[in-house]
Amino acid sequence: MRIWVPMDSAAKAVGADEVAETIAREAASRGIDVRIIRNGSRGMIWLEPLVEIDRGDGRVGYGPVAPEDVAALLDGKLESLGPVEAIPFFARQTRLTFARCGLTDPLDYDDYQAHGGLAGLRRVIAMSQEEIVQEVTASGLRGRGGAGFPTGIKWKTVMQAEAMQKYIVCNADEGDSGTFADRMIMEGDPFTLIEGMAIAGIGVGATRGYVYLRSEYPDAIRAMNAAVGIARRRGLLGPSVLGSDHAFEMEIRVGAGAYVCGEETSLLNSLEGKRGVVRAKPPLPALEGFLGKPTVVNNVITLATIPVIFEKGADHYAGFGHNRSRGTATLQIAGNVKRGGLFEAGFGLTLGEVVNDVAGGTASGRPVKAVQVGGPLGAYLHEGQFDTRMGYEEFDAEGGLIGHAGLVVFDDSADMLRMARFAMEFCAIESCGKCTPCRIGAVRGVETIDRIAAGDPAAAELLTDLCETMKDGSLCALGGFTPFPVMSALRHFPDDFATRKEAAE
Amino acid sequence: MHHDAQAPTENEIRAVAAPLASLEGPLLPMLHAVQHEYGCVPEAAVPVLADLLNLSRAEVHGVVSFYHDFRKAPAGKHILRLCRAEACQSMGGQALAEATLARLGIGWHDTTANGAVTVEPVYCLGLCACAPAAMLDDRVVARLDAARLDRLLAEAGA
Repeated sequence: MRIWVPMDSAAKAVGADEVAETIAREAASRGIDVRIIRNGSRGMIWLEPLVEIDRGDGRVGYGPVAPEDVAALLDGKLESLGPVEAIPFFARQTRLTFARCGLTDPLDYDDYQAHGGLAGLRRVIAMSQEEIVQEVTASGLRGRGGAGFPTGIKWKTVMQAEAMQKYIVCNADEGDSGTFADRMIMEGDPFTLIEGMAIAGIGVGATRGYVYLRSEYPDAIRAMNAAVGIARRRGLLGPSVLGSDHAFEMEIRVGAGAYVCGEETSLLNSLEGKRGVVRAKPPLPALEGFLGKPTVVNNVITLATIPVIFEKGADHYAGFGHNRSRGTATLQIAGNVKRGGLFEAGFGLTLGEVVNDVAGGTASGRPVKAVQVGGPLGAYLHEGQFDTRMGYEEFDAEGGLIGHAGLVVFDDSADMLRMARFAMEFCAIESCGKCTPCRIGAVRGVETIDRIAAGDPAAAELLTDLCETMKDGSLCALGGFTPFPVMSALRHFPDDFATRKEAAE
Repeated sequence: MHHDAQAPTENEIRAVAAPLASLEGPLLPMLHAVQHEYGCVPEAAVPVLADLLNLSRAEVHGVVSFYHDFRKAPAGKHILRLCRAEACQSMGGQALAEATLARLGIGWHDTTANGAVTVEPVYCLGLCACAPAAMLDDRVVARLDAARLDRLLAEAGA
């Protein structure tokens, strides 16, 4: 009997290790022959620890399983969720980037290949650089870190640049609250990221790669380091990638707790061993990136999507999506939701469908008040905006951003003035200090919101003006986008900014 | 990780950092290695790293002081990181953090009087669909409530 217990850190954080240990112990004491496989997470986090058992007729799910449920589980007396892939949350997804996540043992290289792994890279080895870059362009893939820049165009710039050394840098500094897709894929299917980076390297002529991985993810760091070691031993990495004439080697580098290092130019400075301050652009990192050399900087999900594009073809990938947002969005549904987790589907679902149908509304059972989309720099949207479709341009038109596609849901107990203040406070804590609108503006922003809270009638106008300055004058998205959550809270939830003033009157 | 009261010597620090000198962009890996060894980046490490990398002391100090992770002095025996970010706030994380700090009688970044636990804020652990979340040393915990956090703190000796 095979039993799967996820090793994803979200599952571990709610007791998966204890469940796995208990299963091993109970099975031994009953003399049952079980093989426990530590898989990635299927992404149905509200069901974690989600245990799967194959008794010969497919993988059946149980969850959330507590250690005290294990006896009943092994006796076949625990109520099941049915076949895992038939659970509606899972069944309605289009799993491309996350096709293997939760299905396989993340560090089993043979299992990886048995489920489509390396098919993309094998195809790439027979292609020219121009053909590789053209395939990425044709897929319509855009930067999944949030900026949405067309990946093929970035790769083309690096491919055409002349240099002795070029680099592939993977941005795994996933600091946005409400996002965990990078973490899940690194823990649940790390070879796909390695394969994606190798393809990028071959495509643009780069022989070295780095993953800049945040220190807050110790489990992902362990998984990636282990996977890189295996990939090296098995010939996916090294002087001859899968026996070809291409060389590609990579390393995992650990960040040091600075949110701003998720911005690509501060990331490059940090990787070089400097303070993680933002660089002015131009020069573009594609031309002068890591150590001044042409560098592809892509998010984890962007790179982890590359293998499936080559496995199934650009047209297959581009066949999903909506308007200019092609392919799938790896939505991360988080916060106060009944069914939270990773939900991969073609772009184009409405925000309301995601929050109400997929996620089932709030965990608390209270009405939804606001949804912050795109991390701490994303706008707070209200129910009147629930017909907004998941897409880069669509969120832009609503004064927000889809960002890394994380959604944080708040119920009606949320105080939006406090959330606006937090956005400014966070910006002040994490500002790299290079530009004044961000460094000083965020501090003044906190003070100005405190004045609104104290009933100062002139302060809201001042806050609006300050946000304009930050938006127009900041060097990067930290100072430039902090006005999104602040101004959306002020505009959409005026009652939260008025109550104290009225109470004072 | 050991936290000897005795400060490391220049040679000891050099022995920890020097093997990393051939990396591209070696300073952060060196700082992590030093902190892993001594529980902090002691002041004495700055001139050693500056010398190894042909940088000024000011440059090295600038890097050390930029990043939240690097400590000037060792933390308590355990580090509890409580997530303060939005997803955890949506599930009552702020009230939980405030109550915890009040019960321990300390503020953010402080260590309990018995030296057992240092409490640090963290902005997202990627456990946003099972909030509120925390991390005790390298161990992640989520769906936290006061009782679960109490057990965790008791385990850590706070």
